[in-house]
Amino acid sequence: MFDQWPSLVVAVPLIAAGICAIIRYEFFCWLVSIITSLVSLSGSIFLYLTVKASGDISYKLGGWAPPVGIEYRVDIFACYLLILISLVAIAVLIYGRKLINKEIASHLRGWFYSMYLLCMCGLMGIVITGDAFNAFVFMEISSLSMYTLIALGRDKRALLASYQYLILGTLGATMYVIGVGLLFNVTGTLNLIDLSIKIQPILDTPVIKVAMSFIFAGLSIKIALFPLHFWLPNAYAFAPSVVTTFLAATATKVSIYLLMRYFYTVFGFSFGMSSELIIGIILSCSILAIFVGSFSAIFENNLKRLLAFSSVAQIGYITLGIAIANNAGLTGSMVHIFNHALMKASLFMILGAIAFQIHKDQLTLTDLSGLGKQMPFSMAAMTIAGLSLLGVPGTVGFVTKWYLIQGAMQNGWWWLVVLILVSSLLVLIYLGKIIETVYFKPASNTGIEMNELPGSTFIIILLAVSSCIYLGFDTSLTLGIAEEAVNALVPEG
Amino acid sequence: MSVYLASAILIPCLVGLFSFVSPRNGILRDIVTVSGALIHFFVIYKIYQAFSKGEFISLNVINIFPGGNIEFIVEPLGMLFSGLVSILWLLSSIYAIGYMRAHKEERLGSFFGFFAFAISATIALAYSSNLFALFVFYEILTFITYPLVSHGADTESQMGARRYILILVSSSVLFFLPAIVATYYITGTLDFKVGGIFPDATQNYILIVLSILFVYGIGKAALMPMHKWLPSAMVAPAPVSALLHAVAVVKAGVFSVLKIVVCIFGIDHFQDFGGSDWLVYIAGISIVLASSIALVQDNLKSRLAYSTISQLAYVVLAAGIATPLAIIGACVHIVAHGFSKITLFFAAGSIYLKSHIKSISKLDGLGKRMPWTMGAFGIGALGMIGIPPTAGFLGKWFILSSAVTFQDYFVLIVLMISTILNAAYFLPIIYGAFFKEEKNVPDNNHGDAPIIVIVPICITALISILLFCFPNIPVSLSYKLLGI
Repeated sequence: MFDQWPSLVVAVPLIAAGICAIIRYEFFCWLVSIITSLVSLSGSIFLYLTVKASGDISYKLGGWAPPVGIEYRVDIFACYLLILISLVAIAVLIYGRKLINKEIASHLRGWFYSMYLLCMCGLMGIVITGDAFNAFVFMEISSLSMYTLIALGRDKRALLASYQYLILGTLGATMYVIGVGLLFNVTGTLNLIDLSIKIQPILDTPVIKVAMSFIFAGLSIKIALFPLHFWLPNAYAFAPSVVTTFLAATATKVSIYLLMRYFYTVFGFSFGMSSELIIGIILSCSILAIFVGSFSAIFENNLKRLLAFSSVAQIGYITLGIAIANNAGLTGSMVHIFNHALMKASLFMILGAIAFQIHKDQLTLTDLSGLGKQMPFSMAAMTIAGLSLLGVPGTVGFVTKWYLIQGAMQNGWWWLVVLILVSSLLVLIYLGKIIETVYFKPASNTGIEMNELPGSTFIIILLAVSSCIYLGFDTSLTLGIAEEAVNALVPEG
Repeated sequence: MSVYLASAILIPCLVGLFSFVSPRNGILRDIVTVSGALIHFFVIYKIYQAFSKGEFISLNVINIFPGGNIEFIVEPLGMLFSGLVSILWLLSSIYAIGYMRAHKEERLGSFFGFFAFAISATIALAYSSNLFALFVFYEILTFITYPLVSHGADTESQMGARRYILILVSSSVLFFLPAIVATYYITGTLDFKVGGIFPDATQNYILIVLSILFVYGIGKAALMPMHKWLPSAMVAPAPVSALLHAVAVVKAGVFSVLKIVVCIFGIDHFQDFGGSDWLVYIAGISIVLASSIALVQDNLKSRLAYSTISQLAYVVLAAGIATPLAIIGACVHIVAHGFSKITLFFAAGSIYLKSHIKSISKLDGLGKRMPWTMGAFGIGALGMIGIPPTAGFLGKWFILSSAVTFQDYFVLIVLMISTILNAAYFLPIIYGAFFKEEKNVPDNNHGDAPIIVIVPICITALISILLFCFPNIPVSLSYKLLGI
């Protein structure tokens, strides 16, 4: 039974999604979703322990031996993402039941849970599969369910946002599959490990370069790497708040995972290739993402869009670590995958809670005026999560900053050190804007009867925000796995 | 002993947490704050006792990542600073209770909470065993004091607090942090070690760049032109200005500078690679400029703020001279200025409390009305000028002796000019208060401040005199620091 875990972590959500679609009774679906994500989480942790004890797992789906059959391949890096996805999934479900009931019409709730599980299944699948085409299939499963989830937003603009994402997402997936097609054409295999061996001798041929470009461009859309990020702010802003939280914490991260997989495992990137053209492109895109994202956030008034732009910037930090291309840099971006998921999930959860309390969907800056007194807990939590985003020492954000700076310094890129530091100050500006509104402006919403924050929501936010601080001091867990993941991805590092 | 070390850091933290959740009327909170401060002082005293017996006290909390170690250790300079902070926390919390209640301030729970958190961060900073831990608590201190500076919650405090946080955070992020990462990159360690940690082969220009980054990165030391945040922070209530912006925050700044000169560069090295050359001149100019600006300020608190900037520059100057005598001078000056300046700020608060006077030109004749307050103010002012029998004299004396010994005429001249300027902006206040007639008699014909406010003022004034007679503790600790 236990050696079937690699397929179970994906299959269980898939089956559960079907059950939810049939039964569609809200409480039942919620319970099934919780149990499913618990199963996936324990499966992921079990896989992590197994991989740590006895090395990578190769699982032959249906007993067909690779490279002909589909192989599921689990290493530490994959486990890291599996744990992240299932953890976020379960936290969001516990956090959000009341919010889901409020934001989603009753006849759609069953479908919502079904889509949620399907999305989770797709994301887990992308991570665990060792097959290039199978990754595409899972990518489509997760994307299609994501489009549906976004379209469930109560605002009419959610439909447009979803449609925009659908067009771009499909474009991205198509480009990815063209890249995979080219690779298959020259090597005759779809298995990633097999690919990596077979393309060694032809690595410099134009076909491989073209394939690499297609895959990079396609995944960049999914990652929302600048300048291909414009679907993201609207999608995050108009989706229901639970969906935003889940997407912000997992979806882009999984695409980054796949990109890293291709770069390091398939195309055999190694440290110190900072002179390569593609690294140069990633570097400039990341820096632009950081600055454009932060500046857009500064001038944004809709809070969910503000955080979405901040996500664009933070994704820039993650890809920056790839561009720095040394151990410290990649460790920085690896640990930021988790840290950013934690911080952004906390912030979106808090926003969702506030929206729930003051009966409003699209929060703007002025809605927050004077809330410091009315909602001391939520506002304190938001401040702490925000400080974490800023990278104040003693929070998770600082760990990332430290590693990225060190990585830049090891390359002798002093200008990059300056840019990273300056960019982190931009966070101070938009955070300051929020905090000043919260604590200094007079209350604008007196007279509204506020909803009380559900206990489970309260607890999850409390846990998330305290982990922002706790994991900033005790990094043995996050940094430990991130370092192992880097070693798994780039063995000589 | 490490239990004591842990509780020295945790007690203020717990007091702070209690303040946040305490019931509204606050009698309980006042009792907890004062008794917490008392216990804290006792704990620090215990640590001092053990330390002076030669016991090695350390506490390793956690290793965040390679090079990033949160570890505390008791060494002379930190001992001195933590002692200062602990005594003044006790006195200023008594003062604050009196002041904030008499002034009918709101949101006292969060006020005392953040106040105690700031103390906790300062004590942790004082005991940090390495540059990384120091930086962590330095930054935490910045963010924790923001709500205190902006406590007034009006537009003026919002703007003041905005400037406060922008200058402090950007200086530390843009200069201090890269300097630390570069130090780690070059030396492979961040642990403080008397005599310095840089290998001899390090090139001079790198060290000079690093010293510039460190000194300007530590914005809390308020070396010009990084000083603008300090006058801005004066929008805070009087107890905050007193404890944080005369003692804990600004002294955390000069403490860090001193510590970096002594324990990261090493004082011999610091002269050799030319750190002294630029730092002494910059600090000297800062002393004279700040004093000149103070001279033309009519707002009492901003005059005090500029006086603080100039007095902080004395410590930086002494660190820059980097001779053993000057370092002793710096240590003594940190303590002496702490007591004198807090007396002045307490007095300024007490004046405002009773008469709502903010400007110096209206202080005439107030000495008869508020004899205790103005008397203590006088003693504090003498300490600023450096006239015996106040402790302010001692710090200057050590720095002067170093300047005379090494025939450093620049330092001599700077000290002379600044002493004259100090006298020029403090003596007229005292003269006016005691010997001029009151121009406008206030309607309510008020007397001196309530006793709970007066007692801390008098105690700090008294200590600054006692310290002149018995300077044994700071001097012996600074000997120990230098290993003499």
